[in-house]
Amino acid sequence: MSAMQKMIGWIDDRFPLTVTWKAHLSEYYAPKNFNFWYFFGSLALLVLVNQIFTGIFLTMNYKPDTLLAFGSVEYIMRDVDWGWLIRYMHSVGASMFFVVVYLHMFRGLIYGSYRKPRELVWIFGMMIYLALMAEAFMGYLLPWGQMSFWGAQVIISLFGAIPVIGDALSTWIRGDFVVSDATLNRFFAFHVIAIPLVLLGLVVAHIIALHEVGSNNPEGIEIKKVKDPVTHIPLDGIPFHPYYTVKDIVGVVVFLMVFSAIIFFAPEMGGWFLEPDNFIPANPMKTPPHIVPLWYFTPFYALLRAVPNKLFGVIGMGAAVLIITFLPWLDRAKAKSIRYRGPIYKTFLTLFVISFVGLGYLGTKEPTPVHTAFARIFGTIYFAFFLLMPLYTSIEKTKPVPERIPE
Amino acid sequence: MNQQVDRSKRRFLVAATTVVGGAAGVAALTPFVLSMMPSERAKAAGAPVEVDISKVEPGMQLAVAWQGKPVWVVNRTPAMLSKLPGLAPRLVDPNSDVPQQPPYCKNVNRSIKPEYLVVVGICTHLGCSPTYRPELGPPDLGADWPGGWFCPCHGSRYDLSARVFKNVPAPMNMLVPPHYYMSDSRILVGESTKKGA
Amino acid sequence: MKKLLIALLFAPLTVFASDEGAYLDKAPVNLSDYPSIQRGAKIFTNYCLSCHSAEYMRYNRMVDIGLTKEQIKKNLMFATDNVGSTMKIAMRPDDAKKWFGVPPPDLSVIARSRTPDWIYTYLRSFYLDDSRPTGWNNTVFANVGMPHVLWTLQGEQVLKKSGVDGSKPVFELVKQGKLTPVEYDATVGDLVNYLTWMSEPSKMKRLETGVYVLLFLGIFFILTYFLKKEFWKDVH
Repeated sequence: MSAMQKMIGWIDDRFPLTVTWKAHLSEYYAPKNFNFWYFFGSLALLVLVNQIFTGIFLTMNYKPDTLLAFGSVEYIMRDVDWGWLIRYMHSVGASMFFVVVYLHMFRGLIYGSYRKPRELVWIFGMMIYLALMAEAFMGYLLPWGQMSFWGAQVIISLFGAIPVIGDALSTWIRGDFVVSDATLNRFFAFHVIAIPLVLLGLVVAHIIALHEVGSNNPEGIEIKKVKDPVTHIPLDGIPFHPYYTVKDIVGVVVFLMVFSAIIFFAPEMGGWFLEPDNFIPANPMKTPPHIVPLWYFTPFYALLRAVPNKLFGVIGMGAAVLIITFLPWLDRAKAKSIRYRGPIYKTFLTLFVISFVGLGYLGTKEPTPVHTAFARIFGTIYFAFFLLMPLYTSIEKTKPVPERIPE
Repeated sequence: MNQQVDRSKRRFLVAATTVVGGAAGVAALTPFVLSMMPSERAKAAGAPVEVDISKVEPGMQLAVAWQGKPVWVVNRTPAMLSKLPGLAPRLVDPNSDVPQQPPYCKNVNRSIKPEYLVVVGICTHLGCSPTYRPELGPPDLGADWPGGWFCPCHGSRYDLSARVFKNVPAPMNMLVPPHYYMSDSRILVGESTKKGA
Repeated sequence: MKKLLIALLFAPLTVFASDEGAYLDKAPVNLSDYPSIQRGAKIFTNYCLSCHSAEYMRYNRMVDIGLTKEQIKKNLMFATDNVGSTMKIAMRPDDAKKWFGVPPPDLSVIARSRTPDWIYTYLRSFYLDDSRPTGWNNTVFANVGMPHVLWTLQGEQVLKKSGVDGSKPVFELVKQGKLTPVEYDATVGDLVNYLTWMSEPSKMKRLETGVYVLLFLGIFFILTYFLKKEFWKDVH
């Protein structure tokens, strides 16, 4: 027995090292037919690590103080050796996190990954998404630019729409009557430690739940139904390691190429990842003429503005996020994957995607009457996709789903 | 499963990917490590400082900040200087063999001009700043105290050339920083000669 | 399908146009033209740096554009003699507010918030206007508090036709300054070039590093691609 094996044996007697390795990697059997869409889970994990790592190094030089915050970001950009790279990795990483997570969620949507028995995987995923939104929102206050300040001002004011306790609640969140030093300091605390801890816990829960039930696949077939009678290994499964580790590494490298291209050649992404107005220090006396949240919030922001009532606008926005959680119970179709579904579902899905992207676009534009009209149409389609789902998925006939993954 | 696996090709590809990936990891880590070095602001604060030494009366010590550290300029009297050579047997490094000073200060006075000692006032034991005790034989330091510095933290003792005595925790003499005379009354701490131009 | 989706995701990038109506000229920014940036630095420290600070910019950073510390000290520094200090000014914000209505903004990152084109057009669009306390108005920034600091260079111009709906306004030079109009445009171009460089001094290093990173990743991709292909021979 080699020294290495001896050491592993020593550890295994005290800690489930080999067992864990096998359960989650070398003997975790994943369907053999993962396609392009299955890269985004591991990529989300990569971006999470990137955010935490770069975040730690930013914290070494950032100052959560209204008088110093803006300057400390410029200090990082200029005076700290390679500080600009660390900052851009973090700011671009934030946007890329949402790119990757939206694509990951879309994968779940088209292949029915949220369906039984993966309801909890989906719910944990939605909680990650919510935590991510909070994380991004609070992080965006920290540079203390004009957009940071007024964005936070607007979003916190949303809580004021809640009857009776609203005003007191938004004052409590700010810790002051306006967004101020107290707000900046507590957002910093939440952004650098509280929410990251929650996020990490949720990610672990998401993966444990997934590995308990096994991965879905583009066919929406349960590979665990057909196992080898002797080894009890799913016939359509392959060990995650080495097959999907080597495949995911290719995905990681391609992603890093896109990520690096943005970081090094277009870190502002034409104003979409870093807004020009955020290079002006926060000024509580003057609102910029046109405030826009960052692109990943704009679909919901457009919904908020489409409703001509403060309270119902806020409810609509919240509902638009939360309703996604209920997908496992809204979908009544026999088949999971889009590959076996009929034209009605596909039409609804296409309209939904157009509406979501459309709302995202409108959320960046001024609320002119034409824009608002479009936002209302898109908003209606958005909700119709979910609310009518029990109906159209149960009446539409699906194609028969085979037992095994087709060659 | 295919039985005709080319093991050596696999081993090569795994090794190559590991090496190149490892190099990528090291390269990616480098900026983070470097970001923890002193920033441009710290370097600007650590720039050489000018000291006007004309106001330092004989026997007095002036403290200025250089790189955030205390730098002392002491104007030693002839009486003080006369004691220095005789202390050699009681010192760890009487001839300043340890490079704790620029070459031009490797002499018994550890200075350019005999009377003016320029020294970083940090004890070489654990970094406290010793106390200036020029008086002779005070009760607390003993009758044979020739004047010098006493470190309040762990009791290290230095003479008036900032040379460390034997049998104290500090291992070596205090550091003499690079410096030069811009004129008779002004010195620049931090550089040995005029730079630039 | 995939391509369409990615295209859809990134399509809005091209439509982030400025919503402000004013006509903007294209600024001649070229960050590898060090002599131009150096000339701009000189104009900046002579004309701008008395009212506007650039408090995140260190003088010695100009080593990056080919100047020595001695040159920086001799030609560009008036307020301080530590070449590592930042471009601060003596004017207090309270006084500034009294004199100009609003304190002149810090210019460290002005080219990132305003865009180089905006500054380039703005500095060439001052015209005489008796109704203003300073005697100057501007077509890009109406009723601006800042006087035309560069008027000795440009001379005095009046507005013949204002630019309606984003068209280019027409000026007439009524008094020639020290520079011809062509020279003045070039001088403002140098200044804007400097301001753009100053707003992100690490940009050239960023672009250069990016090329190496992408080349490296390109090689790494080939390697990982063959690794994947080799292992997936097992899967049928």
